[in-house]
Amino acid sequence: MDYGLPHIGPGALRVAGRNFKVWRKLIIAGVLVHILEPLLYLVALGYGLGVFIREISGMTYLSFLASGIMVSSAMMTASFESMFSAFSRLDHQRTYEGLMATPLIVDDIAIGEIIWSAFKAAMSGIGILLVAILLGAVEGWRSLLAIPVVFLTGLTFAAMALNTTALARRWDFFQYYMTLLLTPMMLLCGVFYPVSSLPSWMQTAVQFLPLTHAIDIIRPLLTGQSVSNLMLHLLVLLVYLLVFGFASLVLLRKRLYV
Amino acid sequence: MSERRYLAVRARGLTKYYADRCVVDRINLDIPQGCLFGVLGPNGAGKSTTMRMLQGVTPPDDGDLVVMGCHIPSQAVRARTRMGVIPQTDNLDPDFTVEENLQVYAHYFGMDAQAVQPRISELLHFVDLEGYERAHINSLSGGMKRRLTFARALINEPDLIILDEPTTGLDPQVRHQIWDKLRELRQQGRTLLLTTHYLEEAQRLCDELVIIDQGKILEHGRPQELIARLVESEVVEIHDNPRAMDVLQSIQGCRTESSGGSIYGYLHNAKSAIDLLHEQGIASLQRPANLEDVFLKLTGRGLRG
Ligand SMILES: Nc1ncnc2c1ncn2[C@@H]1O[C@H](COP(=O)(O)OP(=O)(O)O)[C@@H](O)[C@H]1O
Ligand SMILES: [Mg+2]
Repeated sequence: MDYGLPHIGPGALRVAGRNFKVWRKLIIAGVLVHILEPLLYLVALGYGLGVFIREISGMTYLSFLASGIMVSSAMMTASFESMFSAFSRLDHQRTYEGLMATPLIVDDIAIGEIIWSAFKAAMSGIGILLVAILLGAVEGWRSLLAIPVVFLTGLTFAAMALNTTALARRWDFFQYYMTLLLTPMMLLCGVFYPVSSLPSWMQTAVQFLPLTHAIDIIRPLLTGQSVSNLMLHLLVLLVYLLVFGFASLVLLRKRLYV
Repeated sequence: MSERRYLAVRARGLTKYYADRCVVDRINLDIPQGCLFGVLGPNGAGKSTTMRMLQGVTPPDDGDLVVMGCHIPSQAVRARTRMGVIPQTDNLDPDFTVEENLQVYAHYFGMDAQAVQPRISELLHFVDLEGYERAHINSLSGGMKRRLTFARALINEPDLIILDEPTTGLDPQVRHQIWDKLRELRQQGRTLLLTTHYLEEAQRLCDELVIIDQGKILEHGRPQELIARLVESEVVEIHDNPRAMDVLQSIQGCRTESSGGSIYGYLHNAKSAIDLLHEQGIASLQRPANLEDVFLKLTGRGLRG
């Protein structure tokens, strides 16, 4: 095992740039996905359930949901990109094998994929922000600050998911990650209802999950409320990013330098 | 120091294990600059593993390796800026067109997109893929993919080109085209390192070669020199007729080998053997000795086996 510190260089941006060039070719489809999906969610759930829930945590259900969907969508987008897309580049497309015959190294691949996944997460965040603005679910210019936070959230979830990719031998391996981690976070961390509705032991448990903290920053940002414990939330996201980012790097080095 | 300047590759005791199995076994290599150097061996001999070690992708378990003055793997990044690689299995990027594949690859080397464009046209011309700039990778034939991989490996004007079985699975016409390109690149003063299990390829193309089997280098030399040194000059070949073995063995000075269903007799003058086999009603074929015969003598097996 190579536990050397990450080598950070311009190569990571070249790896991310490769993915960007592919994405740019299909930009219409890409943008459509980032706008239509949240639109559906917000209209269906926001209006559908909004009839029963007049007010939640001092805001309309639509506003409450918009911030939840923004964060969960960042989580899903970054995770899927770092799992399914990266795995196809690692495995049957042999893209990484081709990259490694150039001056690029595995550190560039790992860091580049994480940056790229976070970029896509940020794109989805922008899509949702636009939709939420159109539906009148957002308040104030401060909501723009949500975008860099979504980017950080993307980095964190990409770094976590990349570990799965580095270990995966087959596609079904990702099913475990989704069922055991992503789905519980999606359902328990405050996307659809406030965490305070949970039994108290569960409230404590979800404090250890990064999605909870990302939502705790972004929800008040979108609705003009003040963010409490900002530093704590950022710190949790950052610790997850650094620990899992480093682990994914070590695992990818082991996987690719054979 | 002076030795380093003239050797593109210098390996001493290079070794690789997978699990407990030694797949590259303490090999030494001295590849002079400007040489078209061959590594000839059957499947599983350790050729690809050796090529990956030279690129600094596969970490060796033991030995010293210097490629173009760079210690591998510690200085592999620097070595790879001057290296071009044609992998055994194509890994062109299916998300891009022909031209985009070259552009993206140039980008990996940190080359300027504008500046590299004339080079891309030149390379597509070199491998006869003009007019296919916008074609998708999956629409290309196997031979075209190979040629594009070739062009891609040349994008950085490499001084050392590593070709891992560049012609395996291609039809003879494409194979000849690629051989011509290899000779042309050698004329330009580049060092070419080629692995193959085709004896004609090794024999016709290579200035020097090593014969490798089960991770060990068995012989090293020029193709004709190896043949002259290691086997008799003429070969009598008999297919699917076990009776021939007794006949050949009755001839003074005739060495025999068998591989698959074939029997080979090695002598310096085949005339008497041909006549004798003919008397016994056994059909035979006479030909000059080649590298396959060298390999058979060294290992007791054919190159394909
Ligand atoms: N990544 C790997 N893991 C385990 N065994 C491997 C790996 N790569 C190659 N081998 C084994 O090492 C031996 C040499 O393989 P290779 O270098 O590909 O041979 P060649 O290129 O001469 O056909 C083979 O037996 C092969 O199965
Ligand atoms: Mg091979």
